[in-house]
Amino acid sequence: MTAPAIAARGVSKSFGGVKALTRASIAVARGSVHALVGENGAGKSTLIKILGGRIAADEGSVETGGPDLRIGTVFQELTLLPYMTVAENLLLGREPRGRLGLIDRAAMPRIAEAELAGLGITHIDPRALAADISLAERQIIEIARVIMARPQILLLDEATSALVEREVAWLFGQIRALRDAGVAIVFTSHRWGEITSIADEITIFRNGTDVGTFTSIGEDEAITLMTGQALETIFPARGAQPPGPVLLSLRGARAEGTAPLDLDLRAGEILGIGGLAGHGHRALFFGLFGAPGFREGRIEREGRPVRITAPWDAIRAGLALVPEDRKSEGLFLPLSVRDNFTLPILRRLSRLGILRLGAERATVAESIRRLAVRTPSAQQPVGALSGGNQQKVLLGRWLLTRSRILLLYDVTRGVDVATKHEIYELIAGLAREGYAILFYSSDAEELAHLCHRVKVMRRGAFVAELPADALSAEAIVAAAMRESGKTEIPHAA
Amino acid sequence: MQPDAAALPRGSRLGHAIGQNIGLILAGAILTLAVAGFLMVYSIEQHRLPGNFELTSTVNNAIPLVFAAVGQSFVVLTRGIDLSVGGVVDLANALAAVTMGKSLGGALLWSAVILAVGAACGLVNGLLVAFGRLQPIVVTLATLSIYQGLAIRVLPAPGGAIPPAYTNLLVNPNAPWALVYIGLLILAWAAFRRSRTGVDLYAIGNDEASSRALGVRVLRTKIIAYMLDGALAAAAGLFLAASATAGDATTGNSYTLTSIVAVVLGGVSLFGGRGSAAGAIAGAFITTLIVNILFFSHVNPLYQSFYEGVFLIVAVVLGGAIGGAIRRRQ
Repeated sequence: MTAPAIAARGVSKSFGGVKALTRASIAVARGSVHALVGENGAGKSTLIKILGGRIAADEGSVETGGPDLRIGTVFQELTLLPYMTVAENLLLGREPRGRLGLIDRAAMPRIAEAELAGLGITHIDPRALAADISLAERQIIEIARVIMARPQILLLDEATSALVEREVAWLFGQIRALRDAGVAIVFTSHRWGEITSIADEITIFRNGTDVGTFTSIGEDEAITLMTGQALETIFPARGAQPPGPVLLSLRGARAEGTAPLDLDLRAGEILGIGGLAGHGHRALFFGLFGAPGFREGRIEREGRPVRITAPWDAIRAGLALVPEDRKSEGLFLPLSVRDNFTLPILRRLSRLGILRLGAERATVAESIRRLAVRTPSAQQPVGALSGGNQQKVLLGRWLLTRSRILLLYDVTRGVDVATKHEIYELIAGLAREGYAILFYSSDAEELAHLCHRVKVMRRGAFVAELPADALSAEAIVAAAMRESGKTEIPHAA
Repeated sequence: MQPDAAALPRGSRLGHAIGQNIGLILAGAILTLAVAGFLMVYSIEQHRLPGNFELTSTVNNAIPLVFAAVGQSFVVLTRGIDLSVGGVVDLANALAAVTMGKSLGGALLWSAVILAVGAACGLVNGLLVAFGRLQPIVVTLATLSIYQGLAIRVLPAPGGAIPPAYTNLLVNPNAPWALVYIGLLILAWAAFRRSRTGVDLYAIGNDEASSRALGVRVLRTKIIAYMLDGALAAAAGLFLAASATAGDATTGNSYTLTSIVAVVLGGVSLFGGRGSAAGAIAGAFITTLIVNILFFSHVNPLYQSFYEGVFLIVAVVLGGAIGGAIRRRQ
């Protein structure tokens, strides 16, 4: 075997007292795609940062197959600068120079447009601000920027987390072309299908170290290695309980960018909302939560009309929203797990305006237990927890507020398999307890297995409803893509 | 990738230009209103339109604030704030009054020295912010007092002298020649905006952590921003001394707050990364014109700051609402 393009040997790294990596090793050959697989917190992102030179290892070494190899990293956290244009972001640090050696700002959109077209991207306007394009588009621009720097080693950390199928197919086309050109590629993803379709080698991480490298491995075996225990199934059995009374109805409710929408959500039901990103799901969920509210139409809570123009109205009506972007739309990251749980119910935990610390402690302990939040203590800042556990805290907070209607918006995005499993169990359990759950996911597989029925959105309208016996990921994707008179099939199988 | 069916139609170039420069456009609109308001109040009071004299005195009154505000905008664009501007203006003013003597040549030489002193004041701020990892508001609050103290030390009582030729050169009372300096300032800004450091400055204000990951030289750029700010604040002090033809180590104090007001009115975001020096210049003129309008409206000078405050709130609230509405329509 030729010398690897990049290799980590016995790399360890601690943050504060927490050991993120313990003597981890991988070797990646030129012209190959190497997937790192593991739960959140298994050390993949840390290893990628060390390989990319962003942070230094405490011990061990990183070797490259030659001096001055260009390493490009797509970080898990997007690094686009929001109030600069797409073109300015793409050309940062290599702006075209005009007269007097000054940057030729007028030429930048044109150059960016041509470079993007060279990568097969024609739908993103280089003149738009990064803040004004969708999350998926930002991720694509982030990837494009790194590819444009012509790396010889390409590190992709969760680069597909915001992408839909078609966009993933685009990325994989780029990855294959780079691999065939001799680039060494390291790739992390939580989507098993992606990993098997692109990876030449798979290294599995558990607890900060590599536990095996394979050229081919089954998902069950991989999950067993990742978690150290066999998961019977990822998805819980779908409860077949008879649906309860209708808790929430929409009649002709129209949000910005959607058609008038009708739906009925029953107690004990998980109603899935599917479809491609950017087709109005967000407007529906945030409309229900009053952020901002619907522009017209009616919302009925158990048959009584309610007005929801602000999140406060929604909370009073017993609705709770868990958004995908928990960091900016739900949690107080520097505050403790305890504070994040109890902030909305402090009044209930107080007597005469004074907080009963014992009651608070008991409530928080019960919530941590019920949601299986993995945290060293209730005092831990929420920002220090893994993504999946942050999501559990946010969900748990709403359960404490006695909301009966849960709006779950892509809550498992970027969450590792084992935690996903726990969240699925939790959601199924809540449905059995009689909660009404509206569940959007960008993962059709998840919708198909978890929901009692799925309504598919396209261009801001419901275009199909799939009952439990007709549910499959393929059916959801097909409904999302179908459009009369115009075929629009993703070009990857 | 084919365009997604849900992809929005591309905004037109004009649409992007409006959406992305909304702060500057609003500043221009407020400035137009301020000019119109001044013309109205003045012509009612004086029964004629303002002429060359009024234009010249307005420009000369505004120019110290123009420089201080542009300096402030460099720092605000990095998501910092400089409260020491007033102290640097004082120090430059005091130094000018005690050093310049009688000859123009000497005055120009000393001007260069004083600008360097201003840059050094900025360097201290910048080093403390960049390397000391201290909050800009804390650092510059402290250095404001220090620079004010130094200014009093240099010139304990108002006095000193500025050569008349220097006054004529900087703030000629007969014609608005000072507009030339503003033109030069805009040219210099346009060049800066198109330099590596200029791009880095905006990048830092957008997202410091991301900028670092993208190879932006964060520490160096921040220090440069504070130094440019210091030098421009010193320039403001020189213009102020030239206008007064003497020195006073306390008249500059107000420039800390007015430079921030001008920056805000000029559409520079206090959260960094958005805005421009052109906006800050517009903001400086708006602030000056408001004072003129209040003067000609015979508002008791004691209440002047009251009306300035009310105006600032109204302008910012209206500006935010209009800007938001325009962005939403796009």
